[in-house]
Amino acid sequence: MTLNQLTAHEAINLIKKKRITAYEIMQDIFNQIDKVDNLIKAFLVINREEALIQAKEIDKKVKNGEKLPPLAGVAVAIKDIIATRGTETTCGSKILKGFIPPYNATVINRLREAGAIIIGKTNMDEFAMGSSTENSAFGPTYNPWDLERVPGGSSGGSTAAVAADETFVALGTDTGGSIRQPASLCGMVGLKPTYGRVSRYGLVAYASSLDQIGPITKDVTDCALVMKVISGHDNMDSTSVNLEVPDYLKSCQEGIKDLKIGVPKEYFIEGIDPEVKGALDKALKIFEKLGAKIEEASLPHTEYSLPTYYLIATAEASSNLARYDGVQYGYRAEEYEDLSSMYQKTRSEGFGSEVKRRIMLGTYALSSGYYDAYYLKAQKVRTLIKEDFDKVFSKYDILITPTSPTPAFKLNEKVSDPLTMYLSDIFTIPINLAGIPAISINCGYSKSNLPIGLQIIGKHFSEETILRAAFNFEQNNSVEKKKPSIKPVKHKGAKK
Amino acid sequence: MTEKIITKKEVEYVAKLAKLEFNEREKEEFTSQLNSILDYFKKLNKLDTERVEPTAYVISMPNLLNEDEVKPSLPQEEVLSNSKYVKKGYFKVPKIM
Amino acid sequence: MKKEVVIGLEIHVQLMTKAKMFCHCSTDYIGKEPNTNTCPVCLGLPGSLPVLNKKVLEFAIRTAVALNCEINQVSIFHRKNYFYPDLPKAYQISQYDIPLGINGYMEISLPESKEKHRIGITRVHTEEDAGKLVHEGDIASSSYSLVDYNRCGIPLVEIVTEPDFRSPEEARIFLVKLRSIVQYLGVCDGNMDEGSMRCDANISLKDTKTGALGTKAEIKNMNSFKAVKKALQFEVDRQKKLLTEGEKIIQETRHWDESKNVTVSMRSKEEAHDYRYFPEPDLLPLKVDLKMTDEIRKNLPELPEARRERIIKKYKIPEYDAEILTSSKALGDYYEKAVSSYSNSKVLSNWIMGDLIRYLNESKLKIEDSPISPEKLVRMLKLIDEGIVSGKMAKGIFEKMFKTGKDASQIVKESGIAQITDEDELFKVVDRVIKENPGSVEDFNKGKEKALHYLVGRVMRYTKGRAKPDFVFDTIKQRINK
Repeated sequence: MTLNQLTAHEAINLIKKKRITAYEIMQDIFNQIDKVDNLIKAFLVINREEALIQAKEIDKKVKNGEKLPPLAGVAVAIKDIIATRGTETTCGSKILKGFIPPYNATVINRLREAGAIIIGKTNMDEFAMGSSTENSAFGPTYNPWDLERVPGGSSGGSTAAVAADETFVALGTDTGGSIRQPASLCGMVGLKPTYGRVSRYGLVAYASSLDQIGPITKDVTDCALVMKVISGHDNMDSTSVNLEVPDYLKSCQEGIKDLKIGVPKEYFIEGIDPEVKGALDKALKIFEKLGAKIEEASLPHTEYSLPTYYLIATAEASSNLARYDGVQYGYRAEEYEDLSSMYQKTRSEGFGSEVKRRIMLGTYALSSGYYDAYYLKAQKVRTLIKEDFDKVFSKYDILITPTSPTPAFKLNEKVSDPLTMYLSDIFTIPINLAGIPAISINCGYSKSNLPIGLQIIGKHFSEETILRAAFNFEQNNSVEKKKPSIKPVKHKGAKK
Repeated sequence: MTEKIITKKEVEYVAKLAKLEFNEREKEEFTSQLNSILDYFKKLNKLDTERVEPTAYVISMPNLLNEDEVKPSLPQEEVLSNSKYVKKGYFKVPKIM
Repeated sequence: MKKEVVIGLEIHVQLMTKAKMFCHCSTDYIGKEPNTNTCPVCLGLPGSLPVLNKKVLEFAIRTAVALNCEINQVSIFHRKNYFYPDLPKAYQISQYDIPLGINGYMEISLPESKEKHRIGITRVHTEEDAGKLVHEGDIASSSYSLVDYNRCGIPLVEIVTEPDFRSPEEARIFLVKLRSIVQYLGVCDGNMDEGSMRCDANISLKDTKTGALGTKAEIKNMNSFKAVKKALQFEVDRQKKLLTEGEKIIQETRHWDESKNVTVSMRSKEEAHDYRYFPEPDLLPLKVDLKMTDEIRKNLPELPEARRERIIKKYKIPEYDAEILTSSKALGDYYEKAVSSYSNSKVLSNWIMGDLIRYLNESKLKIEDSPISPEKLVRMLKLIDEGIVSGKMAKGIFEKMFKTGKDASQIVKESGIAQITDEDELFKVVDRVIKENPGSVEDFNKGKEKALHYLVGRVMRYTKGRAKPDFVFDTIKQRINK
């Protein structure tokens, strides 16, 4: 076993006990990256030298007997949508190729202060728009469990890197499921915090009222650890909430006896893979065994979530992405007649087709004459969806659903029909609309050895509760945890 | 057959607003894709939202207000560093018309 | 066909906070090297987010309250989306259907008739300013523009009036009063030439018989109050002429060309803007409770009208004087500083309204930069009162004070022009003149008054005007009779 196969909390412990050094860890991490990333293609940028320097600094602290910060020596990979000073930040897009932000996102500063070592930036669907990481301008990322399949999206690179032991921990972002869905498809833990729990300063905006940054980890303990570091009020973000950050690690330890669990019937519809349903049923029995009370619940407006999400998210995105015009940074077209044509050519050449599709949809939804029928209507339905959750949480502590209707699908399977691709997010999207937290954890594997994820949803600022439920399940799951084999398979028709 | 919700002409207008340009094939493709998406969205009309307030903000908090104090700005070189189209400290753009 | 002029104004004032609206860059951007006064937030870099400067909120509420607006206890920021190189985010954070203040008013006084006219204020809201485009050399021949973002994010308050103005002069009067109000409030310095106060107008002609409203033309690019009046007058004439000839007025935007004194249609460059306003998701709704508004209302600085009433009462100067002296806060401050150490308020007022303002205008200086401070002016006036200089001499001294910045007593000393108050010195000169002009003395004794004047003139010549005329008259008579 090599050091990169540890979890973050195991590594921290061993460093503290002086059994291993941070430098040794980094060596194994980079060895693994060198070994497998040409197959997985999780990373866009790797900060090798800087990481090794930081590792040596941690080791010096250990030698001097200094108190170590909470994530000392932990390798972290960052989704390329989060600004890192001095390091290229592309958002998976040609239009930002070469863009080097002159500042750090708040979460980056918090990770650095906590002693974490940022090893690189990971691949993603362009501007976080996608559910498979096939929309990256720099080629797809491949699922370590089956290299012919997608890792999910849009945080596919981050998730695949954690699953393939190329890093301990990664940061992803979740607007409609982009942390939870890939976590489910890659067998990892992925948490989307309550809207406002984690600062968005430095997070390149896709849909401002839905975006959140969250951790992707190998187990629940690591998730709690990272959450404690990145959460909290930031006076650079007007939407970040001024609430104390609890000790997530401590709350995990308590049991879940008498926990009231609701299982929304609208999530068990046709189109859900029978193996997914089977794994969920098995998992629910474990919760029961641990003393939780399970009942059927209802979220009646679930079927309206997809159109609601796609109207709100694309509308906000059409405005957030208007700044990409070639004037100050990023790609600028080479040939044009005047300013207007420079804008048009830059944006048409710089953006991929899914991004353009969403910008068109969003622009249309906000345009004069259509605002009321589309955008405003969607905001109203959003209220109804949110109220569904409010009602349900007056009765239940958490809800449990599948994360994704199917395990990982094959590359190119859904890319040609946008609507089909959108449907892979039906279980995760309502959560973003309501602004509530949810975590995806592995609950089993399909017959073809593909991970199946289970989603635990809580009410606003109840990360403690969902982490506790996830931790207890993880500790008592009858299904044995596996590691992906990262088998090289010939990629037929993979997009470049 | 779904009746057209958005016409090709409207697609052209929206493209202009969004400063995007498409060739004929792309315009056809977009028109048809947007139509199927918008057709799917029609289901929202089944809901009566007459008396429902829109959710523009999913959290409610006292306003975050910053102190009126000056902090250092970015140095000019850093501001200009991400573009090769600069002149005498300015960003260079083609003229409006 | 009787037509009534209908004018509405849209004014933007830059707020005098220390930092910009949503970030901590300085608002002191004028004269700085391009792109040296920016940060990720005002540059709109990917990932940046706005946080409202609390002083901006305070100043905006102050303005809305001073304009008698109802303050919305919850108001929303909106995004106004359009593409332009000076707008880095491709949207401006502004306010749309729920602004900070609504339904206000300001009363203006028409100069000749003295009647008061109430101008409705439709709304007052805050928004951020954009950057600047400059051109190298000739704007027409240059193939590119240059962008400077230093001004991006400067806080603005937008004031929209009802179309209540009935003449270009009324619009000008309103602007003058609004400027002095925002100066008195301490929220804006009101410099139209520096761009801290900007004005656009819309104008149409109403048919007085039928009451039918005319088509509006929007007028932009007026860079002074005078330009506003000229541009609007030009428009009144242009529209009247068109209507008389049976033509239609086209709804369009027109630019005022200061060099040619005409408004020019911008129709060809105009594109119907669909701004796609939607609530700004990065900023929560602005909550302004009654307590905050009352607090601000209670602590409003004294406004020009109140100051005018007060100094009329306190210093007993005429309304005309008070009007001029309070027309700008700085001028009022100057006057009150001076009058605090000099009791003859009218004399002071005359000197300020007359000579001081004349010299300032000629040298294109602001009162704040006057080389003659209130204290220096008072010291000069005291010299006149003490008889050390005559009123006539003081005019010359004043000019020298203005040009050199020196104190009056210093100038008097240097040029040796102190009035002769010493009798012996004067006797010497008078005696000399009497001796040198026996003929005139004889004429005077014969009863010719003119001869006396001649002798006074000779004395004044010898003393280079330093002798006090009455004193000379009496002294000559005295010495002749001796």
